[in-house]
Amino acid sequence: MLPKFSYVRPDKLAQAVKHLETDKAVIHAGGTDLLGCLRERIMDGDLLVSLGGLKGLAGIKETADGGLSIGALTTITEVSENRLVRDKYPGLAQGAAEVASPQLRNQGTLGGNLCQKPRCWYFRGEFHCLRKGGGLCFAIKGENQFHAIFGHDKICAITHPSDTAPVLVALNASVDVVGPAVNRSIAVEDLHVPPAEDVRAETVLKRGEIITRITIPAPAPNLYSSYRKIRARRSWDFALAGAALAFAMDGDRVSRANVVLSGAAPVPWRSTAMEEVLSGSTLTAETIFRAARAAVAEARPLAGNQYKVEMFRGMLEEELRKVGKGGEV
Amino acid sequence: MSKDDQDNRHCEGYTRRGFIQFIGVGAGVVGASLISQPFNGPVLANEDDQVLPAASMVKVRLKINGNRYEVLAEPRWSLLYVLREIIGQTGTKLGCDRGECGACTVLIDDLPRYACLTLAVEVENREITTVEGLMNGEELGPVQTAFAENDAFQCGYCTPGQVMAVEGLLRKVESPSADEIRSGCSGNLCRCGAYQNIFAAADQAARLKKS
Repeated sequence: MLPKFSYVRPDKLAQAVKHLETDKAVIHAGGTDLLGCLRERIMDGDLLVSLGGLKGLAGIKETADGGLSIGALTTITEVSENRLVRDKYPGLAQGAAEVASPQLRNQGTLGGNLCQKPRCWYFRGEFHCLRKGGGLCFAIKGENQFHAIFGHDKICAITHPSDTAPVLVALNASVDVVGPAVNRSIAVEDLHVPPAEDVRAETVLKRGEIITRITIPAPAPNLYSSYRKIRARRSWDFALAGAALAFAMDGDRVSRANVVLSGAAPVPWRSTAMEEVLSGSTLTAETIFRAARAAVAEARPLAGNQYKVEMFRGMLEEELRKVGKGGEV
Repeated sequence: MSKDDQDNRHCEGYTRRGFIQFIGVGAGVVGASLISQPFNGPVLANEDDQVLPAASMVKVRLKINGNRYEVLAEPRWSLLYVLREIIGQTGTKLGCDRGECGACTVLIDDLPRYACLTLAVEVENREITTVEGLMNGEELGPVQTAFAENDAFQCGYCTPGQVMAVEGLLRKVESPSADEIRSGCSGNLCRCGAYQNIFAAADQAARLKKS
């Protein structure tokens, strides 16, 4: 049984914002992560503010510049199956299709997928870890085979669990945020907080703020986008290693490469080292080898997850070989 | 199935809870025709942007297998809890209670979802289908028939959830490929490992539904 909470389902956004300013108010969109977090006492929610009454926050529409505006309450299933998404950004459709299970994709929302709590068996278990206000990260010296190899700074080694966030970062997407003070737009790249900045926060969102839409700019000319996820089993699981690619292609030359890794770091991990090797290059065997090596050169694996370094390197090579070949190796 | 329900209700006293309010008949398959009032009125849990206090009982209108129920529920109660413990329809199973095993799978507006991770207040006025709703009177529906004929279970505990996942898949995809079947069943665990027979049952169910 879930702990007790009061409940409100406003039908106006301004009302939702007002309720969310209450102490210990939490947002319920799809609820798939929230209810688990409340049940496990990871989150403390006294007032559950349901967004279910806000009808304008679902659905996918084309923007004037040829990009897409996706309502935050659009389900992951809808994102994965939508014709516009599949045509313009196949990588996003692939990422959405790789999320969790059919049941969770039917319920979970794109906004919620960006805001979910991280995955770590200490954080999700009965450990009063650093991220929950305790004194240390148990994963750094503990059982860390599924943990981060990048960006943990030996502070907190969770991996960001989203399969859509890496793709949205690679596609230069932003989120529209409505809040009590001002409404603002935040690049998805700037949405998540690395542990070195604040180990208690997952996103930069402030109390009362709600993501209303996700906006993706028009696809670059000859955009190639893809998402690959390696996991321990085919049925639902989080990424051991994943990669979102968004390449602007000029013939067989990559004019601009965006590479964002999942299952890698406490935030969607942008591999600028790999992007630098690829941008302006033709994808020869030698470039592919150098690019994948550059991506893992900055890895700082922990005792139990050194295998991830080679896993990322091999996967990135495979993914680069598919570019321009219709997805076939 | 309905006998099972009735037994449970008598043994454990679900019907004696004073706060239960049924419009029509609670026991599942015979209620619909007794409802005369229209079902599109205001959602009671949402009147006037009102905060429902914790542990308060709120009237929740549910539409389950075509029957309408009005129950008193706390905001924190899951659809699974209300189905099993309040309404007394125990076909939907409690497994992990954390959205991982799929035993509680039901359809909401034809899409499979986990009833354990769905608040009852969140699915007011939506079309909820449980395994009880797949029966044709006393006859098994096509997916249930296919599961029986393909021996698609051992202990049977996960079966209602597996059946609902397959039912949801087939409502969306008429003739799923082997990959689509595996993907459609990927949110449901079977500890007995009857997966091969479950996939075969899904394949046969697609044909039975068309015939």
